[in-house]
Amino acid sequence: MTAVSDPMQSGILDPELEPPIGAREPGRFWSGRTKYLLGALSIVICLMMVTPIVLSISASLKTTEDAAAVPPTYFPSELSMDNYQKLWDYGSGLPRYLGNSIITAALTIVMTLALTIPAGYGLARFPIPGKEVIFVFLLLALIIPYQSLLTPVFLMFSTLGLTNNLLGLAIVHTTIQLPFSLYIMRNAFEAVPRELEEAALVDGANSWQVLRRVFMPTMVPAFITVTLFAFVTSWNEFLGALVMLTRDTTLTLPLVLAAARSVTSLGSTDWGMLQAGVTVAIIPCVVVYLLLQRYYVSGLLTGAVK
Amino acid sequence: MTNRSRLTGIWYVLPALAFVIAFTAWPFLQMVWISLNDWSLITPPDFVGFQNYLDAFADSQFWVSLSFTLKYTLYITPILMIGGYLVSLLVTPNSGLSRLTRTVVFTPVVIGLGASSLLWYWLFSPNYGLVNKFLMDLGIIDSPVLWLGVDANLSNWAVILSITWKVLGFGMILFVAAIQAIPQEITEATMVDGAGFWQRVRKVILPLTRRTILLVTLVSVIGSLLAFDQFYIMTAGQPRNLTATSTFYVYLNSFPYLKLGYGAALSMILALIILGFTVVQMILTRRSER
Repeated sequence: MTAVSDPMQSGILDPELEPPIGAREPGRFWSGRTKYLLGALSIVICLMMVTPIVLSISASLKTTEDAAAVPPTYFPSELSMDNYQKLWDYGSGLPRYLGNSIITAALTIVMTLALTIPAGYGLARFPIPGKEVIFVFLLLALIIPYQSLLTPVFLMFSTLGLTNNLLGLAIVHTTIQLPFSLYIMRNAFEAVPRELEEAALVDGANSWQVLRRVFMPTMVPAFITVTLFAFVTSWNEFLGALVMLTRDTTLTLPLVLAAARSVTSLGSTDWGMLQAGVTVAIIPCVVVYLLLQRYYVSGLLTGAVK
Repeated sequence: MTNRSRLTGIWYVLPALAFVIAFTAWPFLQMVWISLNDWSLITPPDFVGFQNYLDAFADSQFWVSLSFTLKYTLYITPILMIGGYLVSLLVTPNSGLSRLTRTVVFTPVVIGLGASSLLWYWLFSPNYGLVNKFLMDLGIIDSPVLWLGVDANLSNWAVILSITWKVLGFGMILFVAAIQAIPQEITEATMVDGAGFWQRVRKVILPLTRRTILLVTLVSVIGSLLAFDQFYIMTAGQPRNLTATSTFYVYLNSFPYLKLGYGAALSMILALIILGFTVVQMILTRRSER
């Protein structure tokens, strides 16, 4: 496989850097009126996608009474941080849960990189016997969904003391993320020209020095992509966390939110606090995506051409 | 050099190999063994052969869960495919508005399924939710509709709406990439021929993006067959476990009920069904490449 199989290099997109392809200019095909209609349609679609998020954020800023109003109002009558205050103090406290989510995500990122950088290097650059078989075996988690393996993993972790443990959960998240990350890494290593590597080898560098000095600097985009996906997976993952974590002080954000449904205020679920939680859970993912959109989309496309 | 670097290469692959053996392959073998035992965690495992599998086929809730999961998959997949494709056709031209629409439609994809399910759980809530409020303001309904957990069908459609919002952008972005990869000469040739837009879609764009369509179908089908978070949060399996999906039922048996052997057998059946879909899809993809 060469660099040509990389969709980014064969001239396909990313939202910011698309090639200027004449046939795709708007208006080349559509007449004036249709163009405006399609533009209006795009705006309607954007509004439909954005509305739930806007409503959730707006509900999170309502006062407790506002949030419990029947019938509900679309927007707060006055802005209030009450819900965030309640969320901050909920259970073991929001800082604790946020910390748990961040630690789990960080461990997942570190483990994923530590496993897939060397593995991608080995598979792309060394003549290993049975290489294709090994590669397919490393992608095993694609064929066996992790959801179906939770019972044996839970039993193993309870003997190892890894239940109610963020490292244990991070291992589950790494398992989920491994095939995709390995695929991205192998592709990225294959895309680096042989000449660079050979020059360093002639200078007497060993394979580890070549990895550090020649490959690492050129592969920053691949590292960002893998890190980004590992973060989003770990931050959002629900079922594994539900199974592995039961002690309140170990819970990650998604579990806390699901549990917060049963918190009542004025005779019903505390909807304002719940939406404050949803907002807190959503914002890091959306911000990271908007900032690093290019890496996100290129990663998705590389992963999709398997 | 070759002999040494052969060994060197293995060293680099070894950590990942050990990890997959420890946390995927070994648990899988254990699961096969557990599925052949009657085991409730409190009592020691008791080997019962294929009894758990036979029990599953005689268990009406197993069939309820499986058929509900298939129904959900059958409904949502065409919605995601056709919807995603139509939006991708709309936003393929590289105008500023198209780029913005792509970004906006893709945004919910990065949001967690748990968070999005809680968001929609609130929007669909009968008295406090804005869906009922909006429909009543428009005069479409007179009194609040009980969307979730009362009627299995209505719950299913409510969840489908929330998931469509959440994952439509995934297919869209892959379709846009595939459509943009069609060589310009081909597009121009059909335009010279005077083909209309829909004719062009049917005769050129759809056939040339077939591989991506198959891929997105596979990802959507597998994702839907494994659906859990959205039902756990939005319906809790209600009413009467009619909306408890297959993964949900595996979870219920393995963890709250602690029927480890039975849960493992259900897991195996689910994993085999998914493997079946993967194989069919791979064969189709191979064929479409010829």
